[in-house]
Amino acid sequence: MSLESAATIAAPVSRPNAPPKMQGEKVGVFYGEKQALFDVDLKIEQFNVTSLIGPSGCGKSTFLRSLNRMNDTIDGCRVVGKITLDHDDIYDPAIDVVELRARVGMVFQKPNPFPKSIYENVAYGPKIHGIARNKADLDEIVHSSLRRAGLWNEVKDRLQEPGTGLSGGQQQRLCIARAIATKPEVLLMDEPCSALDPIATAVIEELIDELRENFTIVIVTHSMQQAARVSQKTAFFHLGKLIEEGKTEDIFTNPKNKQTQDYITGRIG
Amino acid sequence: MASLNEHIVSSYEDELTNLNKAISEMGGMVEQAITESAVALLKLDHKQAQDVRLFDKKIDDMQQRINDAAVSIIARRQPMAADLRMVVTSIQVANDLERTGDMAKQLAKRAMQIESLGLAPKFYNGVKHMKELVARQLKSAIDAYLNRDSAAAVEVCSRDDEVDAMYNSLFRELLTYMMEDPRNITQCTHLLFCTKSLERVGDHATNIAAAAYYLETGRHLGAEEQQRQPR
Repeated sequence: MSLESAATIAAPVSRPNAPPKMQGEKVGVFYGEKQALFDVDLKIEQFNVTSLIGPSGCGKSTFLRSLNRMNDTIDGCRVVGKITLDHDDIYDPAIDVVELRARVGMVFQKPNPFPKSIYENVAYGPKIHGIARNKADLDEIVHSSLRRAGLWNEVKDRLQEPGTGLSGGQQQRLCIARAIATKPEVLLMDEPCSALDPIATAVIEELIDELRENFTIVIVTHSMQQAARVSQKTAFFHLGKLIEEGKTEDIFTNPKNKQTQDYITGRIG
Repeated sequence: MASLNEHIVSSYEDELTNLNKAISEMGGMVEQAITESAVALLKLDHKQAQDVRLFDKKIDDMQQRINDAAVSIIARRQPMAADLRMVVTSIQVANDLERTGDMAKQLAKRAMQIESLGLAPKFYNGVKHMKELVARQLKSAIDAYLNRDSAAAVEVCSRDDEVDAMYNSLFRELLTYMMEDPRNITQCTHLLFCTKSLERVGDHATNIAAAAYYLETGRHLGAEEQQRQPR
């Protein structure tokens, strides 16, 4: 019995008929003339962690950023194909991008707290999105976001101190608290641990595992071990193409594709 | 699975190669032990039987070395996919080989006990055939593992039935000799234990073949391919 549960720990929350939270169909991304991403079809399952792996320049971050239209901010960047969030085409001109990014939050590689107090860092999003009705509401959101991000106990007595005064790992958790304060449905993480030490990394990974009860998470990581540890689904990108995707344990024990195998085992592709 | 490219980290490549070599070497040692124990048994050669018993210590040491190397690779390299399967199955295969070595030791011990009794050829002809079949199974299984040949592995598993059938028929045959003449009982009982040991070697060969199948395909042998359980 215990063996059974050990073997199924990483299993996706499988609800075979549940529609994917987000779905990319034939997604292509161009930077000017150059095509960086080709015909990517990928489903992002709700309340699962999906990791995107692949060598530098493979298009994984490009794909991640297209999920909340962060690519819009890059000059000459053009997205083709279709990406849906709960069946709504997010590139539909009628979509409010600001609202989209409130629903699909993002955490970046380097912790980037605003040069404001810890409290303000978290309160900023709810304020501008009008999520909090009054100060008590806002306090509650800040409190619960910091608690969920596993930071509350470390900062509860210094909420008015600048966020930039925290350690790297704490700053990253502050950024996660900031991202979840707007109550997003999907959380995108672009190498969230690459600037952190192993202990801070473990704390973030633990956090990711807890967050997936309430959020759908997509993470880009260069650490194969991290992808294997935190995600239920893994997608491998190479040269702008989605090469293989599947259950994480299948990808790391028995990938179908030779390129995937070469990459994850550290061979020359 | 197409043949794999080399690792970017060449020392890692070397470690995996050495692990595979160690399995190959241990496989050779165990095959030799089985062959020599059978010779000791059939020729009632005390010296040879003694050699097999001493050789078993070396086989045990080899298993220890393989396990240490595998654990070290897991700890330091975090192998993935085919590499992971190779490291994990090497632990399994080394274990089956070690148990097979123990069976060789058992056979050698019997040889020393039977020695004083003198054996009529009709008693051990069947044992000899069974030994040949089992030794073939063992060799094929080890080769399937080293050559990453899943088709050969499936064949080994399906042939385990033959070993079991031979064991059952030898059991009946030896029983007949015992009923014919109670003075045969001592010798035939010893031989019965020998056939049981050989049957166990066949099972270990099947395990090694199953590991070979998993190593190459990443899947466990399906129900239809798995050895029919001996009755």
